[in-house]
Amino acid sequence: MSPNSTPKGAAGLRAQDSKPPAPARGPLAKAGGLASWVDERTGTAKPVNYLLKKVFPDHWSFMLGEIAMFSLIILLVSGTFLTFWFVPSAGTVIYNGSYVPLKGIAMSEAFKSTVDISFDVRGGLIMRQIHHWAALMFTVSIMVHMFRVFFTGAFRKPREFNWVIGTILSLLAINEGFTGYSLPDDLLSGTGLRAAEGFMQSVPILGSYLAYFVFGGAFPGEAIIPRLFTVHVLLLPAIIVGLFTAHIVLVAVHKHTQYPGPGKTNDNVVGYPMMPVYMAKAGGFFFIVFGITTLMAALVTINPIWMYGPYDPSPVTAGAQPDWYMGFADGALRLFPGFFEFHAFGFTLSLNVFIPSLVVMPLLYGIASAYPFIESWVTGDKREHHLLDRPRNAATRTGLGVMALSFYFILFFAAGNDLMAIKLGLSINNITQALQVMLLVVPPLAYWVTKRICLSLQRRDHDLVLHGRETGRLVRTAEGSFFEVHEPLAERERWTLVQHESLTPLELTATIDTNGVHKAIGPRKRLRAAVSRFYFTDGVPPVTPAQLAAAHHDGSAHEAIETGQDESEQNWVGQLHGGADERPETDAYASHTDEVEPDPSATR
Amino acid sequence: MSEDGTEPAGEQASQPGAAMGLDLGHLEGSGAIPERFTNPGLPPHVHRLADHDELAARRAERQVATLFGISMVATVIFLVAYFAIDQNTYQFIPGIGQANLSNIVLGVSLGLSLLCIGLGAVHWAKTLMPDTEVTEQRHPQRSSPEARDQAVSTIMAGGEASQLARRPLIKYTLGGALGLFALPLVVQLAGSLGPLPKAALSTTFWRKGMRLMRDPELTPIKASDVTIGSVFHVMPEGIDKSDHLLEEKAKAAVLLIGMDPADIKVPKERSWGHDGIVAYSKICTHVGCPVGLYEHRTHHLLCPCHQSTFDVTQDCQVIFGPAHRPLPQLKITVDAEGYLVADSPFREAVGPSFWERG
Repeated sequence: MSPNSTPKGAAGLRAQDSKPPAPARGPLAKAGGLASWVDERTGTAKPVNYLLKKVFPDHWSFMLGEIAMFSLIILLVSGTFLTFWFVPSAGTVIYNGSYVPLKGIAMSEAFKSTVDISFDVRGGLIMRQIHHWAALMFTVSIMVHMFRVFFTGAFRKPREFNWVIGTILSLLAINEGFTGYSLPDDLLSGTGLRAAEGFMQSVPILGSYLAYFVFGGAFPGEAIIPRLFTVHVLLLPAIIVGLFTAHIVLVAVHKHTQYPGPGKTNDNVVGYPMMPVYMAKAGGFFFIVFGITTLMAALVTINPIWMYGPYDPSPVTAGAQPDWYMGFADGALRLFPGFFEFHAFGFTLSLNVFIPSLVVMPLLYGIASAYPFIESWVTGDKREHHLLDRPRNAATRTGLGVMALSFYFILFFAAGNDLMAIKLGLSINNITQALQVMLLVVPPLAYWVTKRICLSLQRRDHDLVLHGRETGRLVRTAEGSFFEVHEPLAERERWTLVQHESLTPLELTATIDTNGVHKAIGPRKRLRAAVSRFYFTDGVPPVTPAQLAAAHHDGSAHEAIETGQDESEQNWVGQLHGGADERPETDAYASHTDEVEPDPSATR
Repeated sequence: MSEDGTEPAGEQASQPGAAMGLDLGHLEGSGAIPERFTNPGLPPHVHRLADHDELAARRAERQVATLFGISMVATVIFLVAYFAIDQNTYQFIPGIGQANLSNIVLGVSLGLSLLCIGLGAVHWAKTLMPDTEVTEQRHPQRSSPEARDQAVSTIMAGGEASQLARRPLIKYTLGGALGLFALPLVVQLAGSLGPLPKAALSTTFWRKGMRLMRDPELTPIKASDVTIGSVFHVMPEGIDKSDHLLEEKAKAAVLLIGMDPADIKVPKERSWGHDGIVAYSKICTHVGCPVGLYEHRTHHLLCPCHQSTFDVTQDCQVIFGPAHRPLPQLKITVDAEGYLVADSPFREAVGPSFWERG
C-alpha cells in the first residue's frame, strides 16, 4: 500500500463489487453472523437442514445400537484420560506407592502405573472403572443390537452391507476388549496372555514362529505390553471409529427401518424429526448411558488388579475367567476334547487348541456375516425391505437365530464350568460332559421348539383376527342355546396382525421347456428348492378380507376358502375353540341353525 | 432369470397356494397373493395433558428444571469432593462394605450430574416438544438409469483416455509395481517383529545337577523334608540370576510331590523320581497355564484355566479335560548333602503343543 493511498471500505475495492444482500429480516438474521460466515465457507446450510429434518422412528429396541454408540464415546473419552497416567512398559520396578500390601514387590511399570491410577491419581479409579464398565456395556449392547437386527430381518436389502460392517465391528470390539484388559499386566490377564500364546503355538506349521513374532521372542518378553498398547489405543480404535462412521452414515442413507403398524409402509418412515425431538432424546440418552455407567463404576468394583497382583508365570488363581465377551471362546477351549491332538512323522497337530481358539470365533462371525446373502438366495427376494418382520412371522429364521444363540450360550456357560461346580457342589467332570452333550443336542432342539412357538403365535394371530377377542361373556339366544361374545379387533389393531406377506416355498417347475425339450435340473437348484421348502413350508398365511367376512358370517366357513394348506395344517382351525360357537353380541337374538361346529373335513 | 428355460411359474402362481417357481422369488404382486387388507393409516393423534393444559405444561417445565438443577448441585459436590476427600479414605457404607470414600462420592456425584441432564432432556422431549408423528417418504437406493449409465460411461471414457488398454507395456508394469510395492512393508514388519524360536521352545533352564529350589523363597529342598502328600512349587537353582527371569520361569516351573512309592503305578515315574518324590513340569500341555491345583486324596493335578486333569500316579497322564499329552517329568536325584537335584534337563518340550515339537 502506498503511503498516499486513502483507506477505502471493502465495497470500494473494485468498481463492480457489491455486497451480498444483507438478510434484514428472516431466519438468517436471527441466526447471526457466525452461521452465515460458516455457510459461506462450507455450504453446510443444505445438509444441516436435511439432517435436522430427518425422521427417526421410535421404539425401545432401536436404542440398543445407541447404547453401543454412546458407550464407544465414553470409552474414547475415559480411555484418553487413562493414557495420561498409564505406562505401557514391561520394565521391572519395585512398588512403593500407597497401596500397602504391594509395597516392595517387583512388578512391571504397566502394573505399577495401573495401581497408581487406582490409588494415587485423584479420581483415577473412577475413570478406570468407567472405562472397564463401558467396555462391558459396549460389547453387550452390540450383541443385543445384533439380535434385534437379526430377529426383525433388518439385515435384508438394502442393509446387507451394513450388517457385515456390524459383525466386523462386533468382532473388533471383543478383540479391543481383550487387548485392553491384558494391558495392566496383572496375574489374571497375564494368564490370559499365556493362553493366547498357547493358541498361537497351535497354528499348524507356523505356530511357534507366530508366537515368537507376536511376543517379540519368548513369552512373556518385554514387547507384548507396548505392542498391545499400540493396538489397543491406535490401531483398533481407528478401525472401529472408521467402520462405525460408515455404519451410521449408511443408517442415515437408508433411513431407519420401522416396525409394521397402521400408517407404516415400506415406502415411508414414521417418527419424530431430529430437531428438536431426537436431539433431546438421543442427546439425553447419551447422558443417561454415561450417568448409569458412572454410577456402576462408583458403586461396583471391577477388575481389582491390586488383589490379583503382578503377573508371574508360576502362580495362578483358581476361577480364572476372562471378561464375559471372551467367555464363549474360553468355553469352547474347555469343551473341545483332547483327542483332537495328533502326532505323526515327528510333527504335532494340536487341533484340540487350534479349532476352539482360532477357528471357532472367525467361523461364527463368518456365518453371521454371510447370513443375509444366504437368506436372499433362498428367498430369491431382490426387493428393498424397510418394514421389519415380527420375529414370529419369520419362524425359520427366528428358529435358526435361537439355535445359534443356544450354541453360543452353552459355550459361554462352559467357561464357568469350574464356578458352577463349586457353587452347585457338583462334579466338574459331569458338568463338562453334560455341556459337551448339550452343545450338540440343544441347538437343534432350540431350533425346533422356537419354530413351533413361532408357528403357534402365527396361529394365535390368525385366530385373533378371525374370531376376535374372547370377552368371557356368555349369552343365551332366543332358542335357548349359549354362546360366548367375541369382540372383533379394531381395524388398526388388526392391521399389525395381517400386514405380513405370506411366503410359500419356491419349487422346481416344469422341466420341459416351451419347445418340448427336457431340461436337466442342476443340484444347485434342487438344493435351493429344498432349502426354500425348509424355510417356508409351514407358515400360516395372513388372514384375507374374504376369510374374515366368511368367519363373521359363519364361525367356521372361512375354512372353505382357506386354500394352499394341507389337511394336517388345517385341522387346528376348527379345533381351537373346542367346538364353541362365537358371534358378535348383535347376533344374540337372531336365529341360527349352525350351533354345532361342523367337522372341518365335511365343509371342504 | 429364466435363462434355464424352465416353465415360468407365473401361470400356476395365479391360483393361491400353487407352486412358486425358483426363478420367481418372493415377489409381491406376482398374482400368488390373494386380496389383502389395506393399510388403515396412522391412528388419530392423542394429545398429551401438557398440550392443552398450561398447568400441566408448567409442571413439566418445573420437573425438567429440577432435574437440571440436581445435575448442577451434583457437579458442585464432585468439585468439592475432589479437593476435600483424601484419596485413600475408607469408610463403611451399608450394602457395599468398606469402600474407598473418594471413589464413591466422586463417582456418584458425577453419575448423578450426567444422569439428571439426560433424564431432564428426555422428559422435556416427551412432555413439551411436539409429539405429532411425521412421515417421510423413502426412495429406492438404486440410482436412476441415466445416472448409472453416466457413471459407467465416465469410467469407460476415463479408462479409454488413460490408454491403458492400448498400451500393454504400461498395464503390465503397473500391475507388477502395484503387486510388489507392499512386499517391503510386509517383509519389514514380519521380519523384524521377533526372532526365530529355534530350539528355545524345547529347552528350559534346567541342567543336570541343579538343585530344586522352593518358589518363591528359592531355598533348596532336602529329600527328607518332602513328606508323603506334601507339594512344593519349584524353580531351578540360579534362575534368579537369569537375564530373562520371567521367560525362564514360564518354562521352568515345576511341581514336586511326595508320594507313597506304592501308589505310583508306572515304573518309569518311580525310577525318575527319588523314593516316591516326583517332579513334573507345572506348565499345562494344553495352552500353558500353571497346573496349580493338587488334590491330595486322588493325586490329581487340575489346571485352573481349562480343567485338564492329570493323574500323578500314572505318570501325569491326562484323565480329563482338553489337554492331550501328559505333563513332562523332570528326572531327579539327591546330591551329597541330601538336597534334591535335577538328574537331567527335561527330555521333551514343556508347555503347549507346537508343530515341530515332535
